[in-house]
Amino acid sequence: MSVLVYTENWEGKFKKLSFELVSYATGVSKMLNTTVTAVSIGKVDESELIKLGNYGANKIISVNNEKLITLDSQVYASVLSEISIKDNASVIIISNNNTGKAIAPRLSVRLKAGVGSGVSRLPLSLNPFTVYKRTYSGNAYAHLVIKTDIKILTLAQNSFDVFETGGTATIEHHDPAFEGSSVKTVVRDVQKQSGRILLTDADIVVSGGRGMKSPDNWPPLVELANLLGAATACSRPVSDEGWRPHEEHTGQTGKIIAPNLYIAVGISGATQHLAGISSSKYIVAINSDKDAPIFEAAQYGIVGDAMKVLPKLVEAVKEIKK
Amino acid sequence: MKILVCISNVPDTTTKIKFAAGNTSIETAGIQWVINPWDELSLTRALELKDDVSSGIKSVTVIHVGPATAEPTIRKALAIGADDAIRVNAVSSDAWFVAAQIAEVVKKEQFDMILCGIESSDYNGSIVGGMISEFLGIPSVSAVSGIKVENGQPVMVREIDGGKEIVTVPLPFVAIVQKGIAKEPRIAAMRGIMMARSKSIKLVEPSTIEPLTEIVEYEKPAPRAACKFIDAENPALLLELLQNEAKVI
Repeated sequence: MSVLVYTENWEGKFKKLSFELVSYATGVSKMLNTTVTAVSIGKVDESELIKLGNYGANKIISVNNEKLITLDSQVYASVLSEISIKDNASVIIISNNNTGKAIAPRLSVRLKAGVGSGVSRLPLSLNPFTVYKRTYSGNAYAHLVIKTDIKILTLAQNSFDVFETGGTATIEHHDPAFEGSSVKTVVRDVQKQSGRILLTDADIVVSGGRGMKSPDNWPPLVELANLLGAATACSRPVSDEGWRPHEEHTGQTGKIIAPNLYIAVGISGATQHLAGISSSKYIVAINSDKDAPIFEAAQYGIVGDAMKVLPKLVEAVKEIKK
Repeated sequence: MKILVCISNVPDTTTKIKFAAGNTSIETAGIQWVINPWDELSLTRALELKDDVSSGIKSVTVIHVGPATAEPTIRKALAIGADDAIRVNAVSSDAWFVAAQIAEVVKKEQFDMILCGIESSDYNGSIVGGMISEFLGIPSVSAVSGIKVENGQPVMVREIDGGKEIVTVPLPFVAIVQKGIAKEPRIAAMRGIMMARSKSIKLVEPSTIEPLTEIVEYEKPAPRAACKFIDAENPALLLELLQNEAKVI
């Protein structure tokens, strides 16, 4: 029996997300008194793979097959299903990111394994196997019982603390059994953003709303973000107006994020916006309306016009960065 | 080419969620039910594709797994412009149950393109679309923020970490769509509302399927501490609190 964790890589490298997943899998394995097997698909050097051991993985199964360069969720699910069966996995942990959302449900059908998606804590109990998951866009949390022998959990990003165990892992290479022709997804083109901090990876996010009044008013917000090493985001009206790209839209129908610090500038805090940011560890609100609902979600607030407060805040950050 | 759009019936997104029956279910009294926002965008895009005759799309059907009380939501989809609808007459118990019911229907009636919203705003599962594709053994593309048809072939924009890919798969397939797929949800016009009355909602009795999961309790998110207000003239104090109290910068 094992806890199996799928660790995605980005051009051969892991990131904090991968270590969070392994840390979570290690937590689950302690509850079950079993071991952690991490699965990596793609070309990842042994020096990188071995890092997973430091977060509690006992065994690393590396699958390096050129047919798997493209994410084909059908084939990925079949490869993970084959490894899960071989490793006798009882719990499978996958990120609740775009890749995880593509693979987990297909794997569920293959293994007839119930899915607990977007979990943010260790299981509440083992018998019955009960997980704590976000529902109603963060307005309620559910205790979900998974009744199948094999369970699949997708972990909400930034919801579980990384911890180093100082352990070491063995590495196995696995050649999966699949027909090359079963890869149906063809990628015609890739457009990468470069040099920007990804919203879903960022520890700090600076976000602007309608209170910014015009797309021309963004430079001080971007400057604040750059000074703090933060990603930039926006509310839905801002992306709908085309002031900022839709990739920046955080909220119920946009990106759901959980940074350590979320700075909301000129955002009133509609329910739909809060649904996307309420898991942030700290929220700072800057808004001219002292009754704006964003202040109910925030720990720190400044009542004032965004265009007046932002330059002062930028100066203050420059002062402490000296 | 025939499109199937899967729709979920969810509380309006501004609903204050209250619990009932000893926190085991949601209090439904007073809730306004709407088409799940991502499904509404999928439907909008499906209709836009059909409007372009060169796409070769002949019909847009919506499917819902739910009891008769969901019919107003299905009628709304018809009023927006779907040609017809299918309702699987069952109370949905979990994602597995819903996906399996939809897959059973698709096995009997051919569809070339199945669109699902990436999640529903009630259970936030993000699993039904992927499950349908695996039950049917057909390709799926997730996190789709754009879709068009070129020479009978779907061409999609798939969101990846830090970028986008232009992706294609053979028909039939499932596209699991997110924000960006359509600019704004299409709104039903009076003519559409009148026409919807005469469109058919085909009733399908459910297959016997056991759910794999069950919600046994709900709880409210932990309340946050009251906001500390800082004078707008003194942003340095905010930074000091973020450094020394919250320890986040």
